[in-house]
Amino acid sequence: MEFIYQPWPWYSSGMVIALVMLLLQLSNKKFGMSSNLRTLCSICGAGKHTAFFRFNWRDQKWNLTVVLGAIIGGYIAANFMTDNSSIIINENTIAHLETLGFESAGSAYLPTELFGKDSLFDPKILTLLFFGGLFVGFGARYAGGCTSGHAISGLSNLQLPSLIAVFGFFIGGFIMIHLLFPLIF
Amino acid sequence: MKTLLYLLIGIIFGITMYKSEAASWFRIYEMFRFESFHMYGIIGTALAVGVVSTFLIKHYNIKSFYGSPIKFIPKEKGFKRYLFGGIIFGLGWALVGACPGPIFTLLGAGFPIVGVVLVGALMGTFLYGSLRNKLPH
Repeated sequence: MEFIYQPWPWYSSGMVIALVMLLLQLSNKKFGMSSNLRTLCSICGAGKHTAFFRFNWRDQKWNLTVVLGAIIGGYIAANFMTDNSSIIINENTIAHLETLGFESAGSAYLPTELFGKDSLFDPKILTLLFFGGLFVGFGARYAGGCTSGHAISGLSNLQLPSLIAVFGFFIGGFIMIHLLFPLIF
Repeated sequence: MKTLLYLLIGIIFGITMYKSEAASWFRIYEMFRFESFHMYGIIGTALAVGVVSTFLIKHYNIKSFYGSPIKFIPKEKGFKRYLFGGIIFGLGWALVGACPGPIFTLLGAGFPIVGVVLVGALMGTFLYGSLRNKLPH
């Protein structure tokens, strides 16, 4: 049972993700995580301002249940299935991150410089995380889907729009990491 | 019963996001620097299996668990919304190192500060809904 505590290799991880999509397809549902953000906006009353959020969110309860599961899954994996959560990434990546001031590279699951307890009181970090999230939410809805909706289920169904969106994901990611990171950090 | 199935699917998904390290900021950073095969392997495997299973469902008209035919709704045609939306999403994904699924998983894994990312994502979704008619699609 030792393997359960180890990081999962890419091939088994990919197969389980495909299984998750298949189970949802067989339930006649769509694998898409970012639509839940729209549903949550609707529950919070965004429909009063904008027609985009005026729909019967109760039809999306199944997906909110998946989200609840994803939270519980994170809890189970972190607390009962992992004894060392350090991420072993490429040594060149670690060296490069150190030049940007990320000393926790190679010894943590998330960089403590961004997600550690101290960051809760750091206005710069909080602003970065908020705007990062803002871009994720805005972009996902503008593009009509995120990694699950486009890169996995859209491309599995050979949708050209999904290919364009995934292309966009990588342009954006590339600009952020290579051009903007040296300015931000 | 159905609710239990969706909860179980979500739990499997959450565990996989965490254990595959796809929910790790470091893995996303490494992916965008093209310094590891790991993330490409995960997405590539999911996609290879997904293409086959989606094809088989369509080809053999496989019915859902509830006996109804399985519908695949094609994405709306377009170019600008997918490219511009995709780029904006990619900027955010690379900065916070988490796409919408892992945002939820990380909250469960014990990173309360990811709640700031979630609030941002909700605001971003709301902002899109408000500006939608003014944006090129």
